[in-house]
Amino acid sequence: MGILVICDHDGAALGAGTLNAVTAATQIGGDIDVLVAGHNIADIAKEAAAIDGVARVLTADSAELANGLAENVAPVIAGMADSYSHIMAPATTSGKNILPRVAAMKDVAQISDIISVEDAGTFKRPIYAGNAIATVKSDEALKIITVRTTSFEAAGTSGSAAIEAVDAAGDAGLSSFEKSELSSSERPELTSAGIVVSGGRGMQDGSNFAMLEKVADKLGAAVGASRAAVDAGFVPNDYQVGQTGKVVAPDLYIAVGISGAIQHLAGMKDSKVIVAINKDDEAPIFQVADYGLVADLFDAVPELETELN
Amino acid sequence: MKILVPVKRVIDYNVKVRVKADQTGVELANVKMAMNPFDEIAVEQALRIKEAGQADEVVLVSVGPTQSQETIRTGLAMGADRGIHIEAAHETEPLAVAKLLKAVIEREEPGLVLCGKQAIDDDSNQTGQMLSALLGWSQATFASGVELDGDKAKIIREVDGGLEHITVSMPTVVSVDLRLNEPRYASLPNIMKAKKKPIDSLSVEELGVDVTSRLQVLKVEEPEARAAGIKVGSVNELVEKLKNEAKVI
Repeated sequence: MGILVICDHDGAALGAGTLNAVTAATQIGGDIDVLVAGHNIADIAKEAAAIDGVARVLTADSAELANGLAENVAPVIAGMADSYSHIMAPATTSGKNILPRVAAMKDVAQISDIISVEDAGTFKRPIYAGNAIATVKSDEALKIITVRTTSFEAAGTSGSAAIEAVDAAGDAGLSSFEKSELSSSERPELTSAGIVVSGGRGMQDGSNFAMLEKVADKLGAAVGASRAAVDAGFVPNDYQVGQTGKVVAPDLYIAVGISGAIQHLAGMKDSKVIVAINKDDEAPIFQVADYGLVADLFDAVPELETELN
Repeated sequence: MKILVPVKRVIDYNVKVRVKADQTGVELANVKMAMNPFDEIAVEQALRIKEAGQADEVVLVSVGPTQSQETIRTGLAMGADRGIHIEAAHETEPLAVAKLLKAVIEREEPGLVLCGKQAIDDDSNQTGQMLSALLGWSQATFASGVELDGDKAKIIREVDGGLEHITVSMPTVVSVDLRLNEPRYASLPNIMKAKKKPIDSLSVEELGVDVTSRLQVLKVEEPEARAAGIKVGSVNELVEKLKNEAKVI
């Protein structure tokens, strides 16, 4: 029995998290199929077919699946489930929305947000905002799993899997998509960026984030924020790094004016190198930082920008 | 219309959790417990809908040990009308909780279920979606905006790239995100009043649900600690270290 990985996408391009989910599937072992459910998804299917380790790409293409509504997508997945031992998706908002619905339809447990594969039925996952790690085992015939993307390397993309169409279910008639308000930015996406520069409450005002943006642009980095900064209205919610926001693990994470609340640390402490700039030398962020600079950010950030020239 | 709000008793979010030495779980003895913060937001939203005249009753349900009644009491003090406690001694997995809630919903027939998007103990983020599937209802997860409009609800969802607007048919299950609202504090008179509000008790057996765990927790351990770093004296030194030592820029 093989593994079905649910492709994450925005209707136009493959979501990067799919590559990490395939790597997790590879560690379990067995044939890997990727399901692309959506509308006019030929290009996304081609991208998925190039992922190393994928045997087949299955496409469910119909208008009702266009916006990833859980009520319409879940029955497609549930209908295919009996041919698989594992169904996996990256733990993006889409995967988190759809997979529990599939699990309930199949009357099986879901294992959320795995960070390691111990064997085909045993996985590690963070609980209590990452303050504890649980090892959980499932003996059920079907295992439904979401994958924390930052815990697995991205699979390569030099493959050439076959692409086959599968039946798409109809409209459940329960919900409809109206519109999205996606933040547009020239900068890389937060969860896939190699460098992230984040600001916290210490930024004092949304307009001061312009300083961080200048540094980010010098480094080709994404800009993030702590929950405190988002709650204070400095930046929109999709900037939020933390347990209840986005979990990131870039090569370099620069935390500016962030004290380091547990919720924030849970979202960035797997970064390879962490830099903290904060004027309070007692701030908890320094306990996880590889390089700490005790300084007023309003002096240090412009200086950093100059130094990077 | 009746609104049902499931609430969970969890370790207070300000408490630093400690893993038990025998790795069987986290230390719960003598630890401050509280209502799951996302559930508080769900209770608040239910109350606002009632106050706007769009609902006439807010019913809280909690699955857990006897002390879960305290959690229900917290929500009653915020302004909810009554509570239902389903006694469960051991930890119940999201699928079992969803089945118990479904059984309660078949008795209570609410027009709307508002729940937190996840509990901050097991961080599963499953129960609302599972409940919706079991009922065959629509679902609206990670809501930061909820507007009822006759037999429909207009929902703003927090998604990875920003926000998404959807319309769902009622009855529906809405799971709420952090920015939906700021929960109120219970006033002293309301805390007193809450003591007299009814809490019914139901057993798992009465509801006819099999709550046997599907997953085995083999162990719970501390996360790997990060090695302590160094303090640098200047921006210049920082950039030098990042270039030549860490080699990340």
